Amino acid sequence: MSSDSPTISIKVNEQPARVARGWDLGAVRDAYKPEADILIRNGCPQGAESPLAEGDAVVLIRRGEQPTAEELEALMTARHGPGVHARVKRARVGIAGCGGLGSAVAVALGRLGVGALRLVDFDVVEPSNLNRQQFFVDQIGCHKAQALAQNLARINPYVALEPLDRRITVANAAETFESCDVVAECFDDPAAKRDLTVAMRRGRPATPLVTVSGIAGYGPSDEIQVRRVLGNVWLIGDGVSAAAPGLGLLAPRVAVAAGHQANVILRILLGEES
Amino acid sequence: MSIEIKVNGETRQVEPGVSVAALLAQLGIEPRHLAVEHNGEFIGEDEFAAATLSAGDRLEIVRFVGGG
Repeated sequence: MSSDSPTISIKVNEQPARVARGWDLGAVRDAYKPEADILIRNGCPQGAESPLAEGDAVVLIRRGEQPTAEELEALMTARHGPGVHARVKRARVGIAGCGGLGSAVAVALGRLGVGALRLVDFDVVEPSNLNRQQFFVDQIGCHKAQALAQNLARINPYVALEPLDRRITVANAAETFESCDVVAECFDDPAAKRDLTVAMRRGRPATPLVTVSGIAGYGPSDEIQVRRVLGNVWLIGDGVSAAAPGLGLLAPRVAVAAGHQANVILRILLGEES
Repeated sequence: MSIEIKVNGETRQVEPGVSVAALLAQLGIEPRHLAVEHNGEFIGEDEFAAATLSAGDRLEIVRFVGGG
């Protein structure tokens, strides 16, 4: 296309369009979706006076309107940057245990737009879980994996959710997390934590495993550290604060550890931890 | 005569032939819910007493406490 052509080819909400050379983003909005109040050009929200060039991708969104998958993806790309979004969208992450850690890690990864989440838990939501776990009162008695999938679908309907009501054992761990790029160990029981670590090291040594040990109580947040151990295993926690009578699991410190877990997983998916 | 080994990446002097169980006791680590690798191979809790350490050995010890 010569530069003196009177029109340019762009995309408007994923559809090819031909518009007059010299139009700005506001002119495209006026022509295609005058009610739009979020204008995105090539993944970045921009003002109406932003000039357009051949090949630009424009997404026009009205605040409050339910976006399509393509529009939501354009918004996510705008928020996270194209390099982050494209890589997390291809990933499948396994969540071993959907309690305080697992539900919070899954919510963070769902908001990031991770392509698929395999949610595994054998338990049901109990009233005592609601002090720190990402469930609602009306979900008491529901299977945790299913309940978490319901909540994630409301946050980001374009994540593939794979809930599994299953108790993970040494024997089934490797099979349970087949085709996962990373696995988050989010159990409560220390023997189950150890067993998953051993099973993954033996059965899936190439799959990164992000584990947690020592998050109870309300000790300083900074004592919850991240370190790499045993090759492909990361360990998060203060290493000593076990849940016990008098030292409960409280939402803030569990969230600190879950945030570390989700960020380590993101860094692994982006190739920042190799 | 002591020998040099690495525990979680840090160099330590230990008696030759000391067992993993004895080393854990010296380090004050309760031998429960541990994932231990001796020269890159996992050893179970029932093997700690029989596993002995030689010069240059690498030991990785991860201890899990409850809570999630």
